[in-house]
Amino acid sequence: MNEIIQVESLTKIYPADKGRLPLRAVDGIDFAIHEGEVFGFLGPNGAGKTTIIRMLTGLSRPTAGRAQVLGLDLAADLPRIKKRIGVVPEASNLYDELTAFDNLLFAMQLYGVPRRERKARAEELLRRFRLGEKRDAPFAKLSRGMKRALTIAAALAHRPPLVFLDEPTTGLDVMSARSLRGMIVSLRDEGVTVFLTTHYLEEAERLCDRVAIIVKGKIVALDTVAGLRSGAQRKTIVEVTLAGADGQPEKRRLECEDGVESAVQRLLGETGGRRVLSIETLRPSLEDVFVQLTGLSAEVMLAEKGGKGGGNAGG
Amino acid sequence: MLADDLRGMFYIALKDLKAYYFKPPNISWGILFPFAFILAFAIRNPGDLRGLVPGLLALTILFGTSSMEAIVIVFERRIGSLERLFLAPLRLPALLAGKLLGGMTFGLTVTLVVLAISLAVFGARGTDWLLLFLALLLSATAFSALGAFVSVAVREVFEAQTLANFIRFPMMFLGGVFVPVESLPVWLQVVARCLPLTYSVEALHAALSGGSWTTAALDLGALAVFSAVLFSLAVYTLSRHIE
Repeated sequence: MNEIIQVESLTKIYPADKGRLPLRAVDGIDFAIHEGEVFGFLGPNGAGKTTIIRMLTGLSRPTAGRAQVLGLDLAADLPRIKKRIGVVPEASNLYDELTAFDNLLFAMQLYGVPRRERKARAEELLRRFRLGEKRDAPFAKLSRGMKRALTIAAALAHRPPLVFLDEPTTGLDVMSARSLRGMIVSLRDEGVTVFLTTHYLEEAERLCDRVAIIVKGKIVALDTVAGLRSGAQRKTIVEVTLAGADGQPEKRRLECEDGVESAVQRLLGETGGRRVLSIETLRPSLEDVFVQLTGLSAEVMLAEKGGKGGGNAGG
Repeated sequence: MLADDLRGMFYIALKDLKAYYFKPPNISWGILFPFAFILAFAIRNPGDLRGLVPGLLALTILFGTSSMEAIVIVFERRIGSLERLFLAPLRLPALLAGKLLGGMTFGLTVTLVVLAISLAVFGARGTDWLLLFLALLLSATAFSALGAFVSVAVREVFEAQTLANFIRFPMMFLGGVFVPVESLPVWLQVVARCLPLTYSVEALHAALSGGSWTTAALDLGALAVFSAVLFSLAVYTLSRHIE
């Protein structure tokens, strides 16, 4: 499997400033991202997620450590790396005065997309991100969700094989967040590697092939969502719903360490001939894993970002 | 890499001109402001009106290039869009050169309008066109670099405007626009020699009145030095914004 990003001992220390002590924002982390996967950094506010993206995209200089992006050394080949990545920062930051179309055109001009391809590519992106009707509207006049979509479109304008998305759905309404998640999934389907940061557990669970949980600049866990779950809790809970004597359903749970099959058999043996309405296997959610690893609650994470917003609201 | 830099420069300038510069208030302000100053001075001291043209042109370039230039970068930094340029595949000097090119193009365009009006009124007799071209170009470069330096040196738009005016207004009165530098007290003449506007006015005066190339060359050289120093300072200051 090709590794599109390789990071070794990456560290960022912000020097002491105005009476504040030096801040170790990223603390000697190691990780690798495989080509074509959606990789998520999950963590609370101030965990170091954005700092890592800023270092890997050249907006911040690492204090120590090394990184390779697209097979190129970050310290030595930054201009070549920049040409082949797309970056969507946390705040949508296109030009208010330019139209949706002109913003895309400018992105393509900067990245050297051939002149003959620009117009068609801009139109294609506007259609794909459902912004066709807003082609000639200034960026300032777009809704928050549309601004986000256009910012992502601009990052994709030069067809980069690697895209960084910093908190892509923060602050969006439910429908916009849902729509953007669909776009992220379609990027993966096209073979684009996506590196995203999020504080929405559900988003990480739905979108990411692998997730790294980061707290205080350190990676405390890195695996597939399934791997994180199984690592966090070896036991499986089987829940059987029985038809009660009074007509009300009755739920019974059994924790099992020796496989689902034996647990189901044991529970069925205890039914006393009553009708079984349903049998479910309950596995720990990413939220359970997160709480276990960090000691933080999901509510704390969301509160830090100013409420649940659209990102947590399903989709 | 050079091709990426040149392309980036060109399109950054084009984008800035479209997004910020060529707006009706900027154009009218760029032309009217220097005219108003010169008119006020001419009414108070009627006399050699043609002698005021170099100062009028220099003021037009100064305000045309630096007014918007001084706030564009700090404005884009505030709204986050400057980061888009930091992320683009071009080097920092090219990014800043693109910004300068936008300011220079606008300043020179407005100045050409003022020049055309001046030549229509006073005639073009004795004009050294090559010297005029070089004087306008180097003045625009120096003043645009001044605007860029102001813009990267501060954090807020209002600070940029304050700092730009703090530099430009004393320069306007000491730079030979209204009174010859030679008529100032010696210590003020020393101060005037530290200001790019002084050399701009002198070079434009030489260009419009068929003056000596020997002294004009010194003025052009001084403007080139100001351009290089201010541009380097701006690049260095901007590079410190990358954490």
